[in-house]
Amino acid sequence: MKIDPAQIESVARELYVRALKRLPPDVKRGIDALAARETDAGAQRMLGTMIANIRVAEETDNLLCQDTGLPIYNVTIGRGVEVDGVALKQAIRRGCERATREHPFRSSVVHPLTRVNEHSSCGRGVPVIGIDFSEADEGLVIEMIPKGSGSENNSFLRMAIPAEGVDAVKRFVVDCVLEAGGKTCPPTIVGVGIGGTADLCMHLAKVAATRALGTRCDDPEGAKLEAELSRAVNVLGVGPQGLGGDATSFAVHVETAATHITMNPVAVNMQCHSARRARATLRAGGVDYAD
Amino acid sequence: MAHHEFRMPVSEAQVRALRVNDTVTLNGTLFGIRDATQIHLFDRGRTTRFDLRGHAVIHTAPNVRPVPPSAAHPAGYAPLCVGTTTSDRMERFTRPLLQRHGVRLIIGKGGLREDSLAAFGELGGAYLAIIGGTAALETTWVEAIEDVDLDDLNPESLWKFRVRGFGPLLVGMDSHGASLFAQVRHDAQERRAAALASLGVKT
Repeated sequence: MKIDPAQIESVARELYVRALKRLPPDVKRGIDALAARETDAGAQRMLGTMIANIRVAEETDNLLCQDTGLPIYNVTIGRGVEVDGVALKQAIRRGCERATREHPFRSSVVHPLTRVNEHSSCGRGVPVIGIDFSEADEGLVIEMIPKGSGSENNSFLRMAIPAEGVDAVKRFVVDCVLEAGGKTCPPTIVGVGIGGTADLCMHLAKVAATRALGTRCDDPEGAKLEAELSRAVNVLGVGPQGLGGDATSFAVHVETAATHITMNPVAVNMQCHSARRARATLRAGGVDYAD
Repeated sequence: MAHHEFRMPVSEAQVRALRVNDTVTLNGTLFGIRDATQIHLFDRGRTTRFDLRGHAVIHTAPNVRPVPPSAAHPAGYAPLCVGTTTSDRMERFTRPLLQRHGVRLIIGKGGLREDSLAAFGELGGAYLAIIGGTAALETTWVEAIEDVDLDDLNPESLWKFRVRGFGPLLVGMDSHGASLFAQVRHDAQERRAAALASLGVKT
């Protein structure tokens, strides 16, 4: 199966707009579930407003949140797919820019030193494009994540040492949730990376934070920690928007990688309640936007 | 827990009457500001032709569509999606906003810190919490973008919105030294030991 870059460009454009307007079904169910078990009246009202906002965005065909985020595109190439890698990256960039100018919506992307905004949602190294490969012969999958800054600004890395053990990881996650407070737009998905190099550790945290709700870490040790940490952070009472309540986080997600004998790194990256994601699968027959 | 309907601008007495957990709905003028707007106003000596005295500012950088200026869109911008950003980054600008520009209300998400709370007490101001990430809903409260200044900083321009029924917003910090955010932070810190104990970690 051969993929045409023009098709990738139009899919990249469409995915950015879709991601900004419609929450994936797992996140919608997640907010409903938090609202159903919230015991604080104020928090209950706030969760109700978040649910109302999802409906208004759909009814008015508007963006869920004003933050159009830093655009991230994750591409997974299945077996049997033929694609020119350089053309693929260029097409994604063009699609990202076209979405921004043609919809139009706010470009949130600036040069880190001059702070100049090209009003294209693009810049040096942005959009962030991740490329991976899949055993499954299912075509080419593109996932688009507009990563909001309120949550991204609360990203933390600690190069703990082996003598501190798993306790250092647990303590760090709890303290990061406390430190973030209301700044991350809770309820959040808390992504935790454990192991790897410093950069891989942070990348794992991002993968964890942007994974669908209801999914588990495929490392059984990581999955065990997910369950424990998910319960623990919701004891803190930070609540929606940092104004108190049970619903501090939808879940804590963990991703792990092997690390060095001398290292014990842990990273935290969070996703806000507007946990936006959109996905397209390109197959020989066409494009499928089902999540 | 009273509800207040404000037509902007407001007096110091109206703002001093606010208590945390009260709710406020705004009507009339609302100014939009953000990081770059305030960096340029307070660090780079820029000025604005807008009179902010007695007004509310919201921490925002909206999504807008450039359109030909008309009665409906006097500034040449149609509001598409107007939301709110995290306030904490702009903590150091609260005092000069109140002191130099006479701002009375700051609207944002996530709360501000100790110096803002002190400034609200000394100068007569309050923080109104909006629910972050609910911009589609918030946009339905915005009637028009009436004017814009410092537009070279777009989207972080100084925006002048006309709003109707903007709220209810929660009074999160008042001029009497109360902050819901500080209270929740304090309580959460107290629960840290319980959270760690549930994980089998010693504090």
